[in-house]
Amino acid sequence: MQTVKMVVTGPFAAGKTEFIQTISEIAVVSTERQISDFTRTVKSSTTVAMDFGRITVDDDLVLYLFGTPGQKRFDFMWEILAEGMLGFIVLIDSTRSETFREAKQIIDIFRSYSDTPFVVAANKQDLEDAWPPEDIRIVLELEPWVKVLPCVAKDKESVKTVLLELLYTILESYDHN
Amino acid sequence: MALKGRLRDISLNQLLNLVKLARKTGALTIEGEQGRVELYFKEGKVVHASLNGDGDLARLLLKFGRLQEQQLRAVLQQLSAPDDKELGLRLINAGYVSKNDILRAIRRHTMDVVLTALAWEDGKFHFEPNKAPPPERIVVPINLDSIVREGDQRQKELATLREELPDLNVALRFTENPSTNLSKIKLSRDEWRVISFINPRNTIAQIAKYSGLDEFQIRRIVLKLMRNGLVEVVGRPTGRAPAVSSAAPQGVSTGTGLPAGGGAPSGHRPKAPAVEKSVVRRLIKFIRGL
Ligand SMILES: Nc1nc2c(ncn2[C@@H]2O[C@H](COP(=O)(O)OP(=O)(O)OP(=O)(O)O)[C@@H](O)[C@H]2O)c(=O)[nH]1
Ligand SMILES: [Mg+2]
Repeated sequence: MQTVKMVVTGPFAAGKTEFIQTISEIAVVSTERQISDFTRTVKSSTTVAMDFGRITVDDDLVLYLFGTPGQKRFDFMWEILAEGMLGFIVLIDSTRSETFREAKQIIDIFRSYSDTPFVVAANKQDLEDAWPPEDIRIVLELEPWVKVLPCVAKDKESVKTVLLELLYTILESYDHN
Repeated sequence: MALKGRLRDISLNQLLNLVKLARKTGALTIEGEQGRVELYFKEGKVVHASLNGDGDLARLLLKFGRLQEQQLRAVLQQLSAPDDKELGLRLINAGYVSKNDILRAIRRHTMDVVLTALAWEDGKFHFEPNKAPPPERIVVPINLDSIVREGDQRQKELATLREELPDLNVALRFTENPSTNLSKIKLSRDEWRVISFINPRNTIAQIAKYSGLDEFQIRRIVLKLMRNGLVEVVGRPTGRAPAVSSAAPQGVSTGTGLPAGGGAPSGHRPKAPAVEKSVVRRLIKFIRGL
């Protein structure tokens, strides 16, 4: 059996958990951060919030979606999660421009790990004060070839579209290499 | 005159006890199957430790997630020679880490190394009196009592863990329908690391290696995940090549990109996974139909 991994990242409360929950066939593991009670153990027991979901294609192929922890202090997980991923999705809360700067930093960090294909999803487009995707592209200074897609993480069709756009981007990347 | 011997005759526990009681100063080197450990003591306290030449500040801070590689690279470039004290100062001045972060990372690393060696059943050791730690390292004295106590406890726990999970050459997979309430499970950073490597083609032993965990740690984590109904054993992997895609190890995941012994980090760039184009097409087809 083959498993394929994709990572869903983005600032705190961008909608990562919601996104994975909408499309995943299993209950999303979503643990809250908590200082461990294992103070006596030597190894780090700092707990982290994590999400993961699964989409079973058939007996031979499973797609796992890993959501990065929202809390800044768990950045160290990113690189571990990024390893071996097929692609990643950066979710942005389009209604909260105060998070755009952080979103840009997250994009830069993930891109520094590898040149894995990615798309940006401008989430919460159902809300009135959502910034349009194209405006978000400009403030994030994203290159024209980076897809910035409208998204409503609560809506399955919308989540499907974002995933598919990422997969198309991945397909295209084979031709560039 | 150096003290020499084998761990199967004199356990590390006994040696540490000796160092403590005799308030020894010097270096204890252990060469075992799993590698080489160096422990430095000052007046009965352990002050520095390295496993296979690690123990430099740069790697510690990356390992414990206190620093990002880019930040480190920028600061390392300013150093003329490797010197953890200067590196530490510069990192603090740049606001990347606090002094406490540094001390805590070093302390944790030292404890980890000692505990790793405590689990070794055999290995050649020798103690060189008065040998000081490498001058470029920051020394942090730690009382041996707490480490020895932890070591004792681990030995006992390890025996139990071995009974519950006898074979590490089996693979794991996520259970079909996790029974327990998944939202209640709390995962540590190491547990998460293990999870990201779970794949029917990776054995537990491989996962441990890729994530830099010793036998005790991996057994404990896997059993916890199993007890929580998150993963299950799938048996020995079939004779196919190791998985290259996805959650499969793409290299040493503790990989900070730093060569052994420190120095400038090389670019750590996980390659795009070698998934076949047809796999991507299958995913597309399936998701379209959802
Ligand atoms: N209206 C609307 N609300 C959304 C959408 N997506 C997520 N939300 C809400 O936004 C809030 C945050 O969503 P989460 O999925 O918890 O965000 P997250 O990125 O997982 O957050 P952290 O893990 O804490 O970083 C929740 O109240 C969601 O219900 C969307 O598309 N539209
Ligand atoms: Mg979340």
